[in-house]
Amino acid sequence: MNRYYYDLHIHSCLSPCGDDDSTPNNIAGMATLCGLNIVALTDHNTCKNCPAFFEAAKKYGIIPVAGMELTTSEDIHVVCLFEELSDAMAFDEFVDKGRMKIKNKPEIFGRQTVTDGDDNPIFEVDALLINSSGISIDDVCEIVGRFNGICYPAHIDRDANGIVAILGTVPMDIGFTRLELRDRESTDEYSKKYGIKKEQFVYSSDAHYLTDMRDKDAYFELEDEPYSSKLVRHNLFLRLRGDL
Amino acid sequence: MTIQNFAKQLEFKPLCMPSPEKEVEGVYIGDLLSWVMGKAESGNVWITIMSNINIVAVAALTDVSAILLSENVELDADVLKTAESKGINILSTPLSTYESAAKIAGVIS
Repeated sequence: MNRYYYDLHIHSCLSPCGDDDSTPNNIAGMATLCGLNIVALTDHNTCKNCPAFFEAAKKYGIIPVAGMELTTSEDIHVVCLFEELSDAMAFDEFVDKGRMKIKNKPEIFGRQTVTDGDDNPIFEVDALLINSSGISIDDVCEIVGRFNGICYPAHIDRDANGIVAILGTVPMDIGFTRLELRDRESTDEYSKKYGIKKEQFVYSSDAHYLTDMRDKDAYFELEDEPYSSKLVRHNLFLRLRGDL
Repeated sequence: MTIQNFAKQLEFKPLCMPSPEKEVEGVYIGDLLSWVMGKAESGNVWITIMSNINIVAVAALTDVSAILLSENVELDADVLKTAESKGINILSTPLSTYESAAKIAGVIS
């Protein structure tokens, strides 16, 4: 059993609002400086920089997780995480097919750059990535589950695109085992107000800039013998699925 | 009709109006930004109660003639500053969204 510091919500240069300097290698490098052990890349409605992030993470010795921050049809942001990169890419394809395509205006929203494992730009995604996926909050657990992933509402303590800001409450019958807070100080308030166990909260930065990434803080104690990153990731997912 | 005349005639209060000559063409109503991004058309007056800074980006993307905030919704100073710099007009009214739309319907086709 060892302590693994995590940040499970980070944006790369592929998110329009993500900084162009937030390339996969820069994120992995910054994560190392921050003392993080497990890092998930969660761009808006896409996983297309996850393959590059996996390569970068390997160089820096951190454990990568493939993810996406999905926009539901209610404009609620949901963090989706996948134990296998291949499942994430299949989910990416599924979401891509269903989304309403609006042409990005890079001068307003920012560029959406897919890179290779050495941060070289491969192409820019043409359709704006932040608008709704068309998937309802009521269906998201089942759909993500079909791709062997798990999901939970992002930054419920934020006004913009948080589930509380939009639905007015945290409907627990949807089946989320976890909920994300951006600030640790929100824990008591949200726990009390919505009857959520403190152990259910996940804390992540939602960093859009390298400078938004935080020093190690939140962690899970995970079994890791005999050590492999695959085993650690597997045990992370067991934990996230509700095996508290 | 220009947005400046529109605001004057209907007594909507301009919170910022960096582009007073924009022509008003129709109305779109919605608070879910993803919907507005896909549905609002160039020249529309967009009526909403959303006050988050993202409304400025959505207005710029869709090229609406103005954002009309109903119900006296208040804005942070940084939202107005961003709107000013991006050329986005923002109006305000104490009327509800329905009342605002009804009032506008009497003036534009």
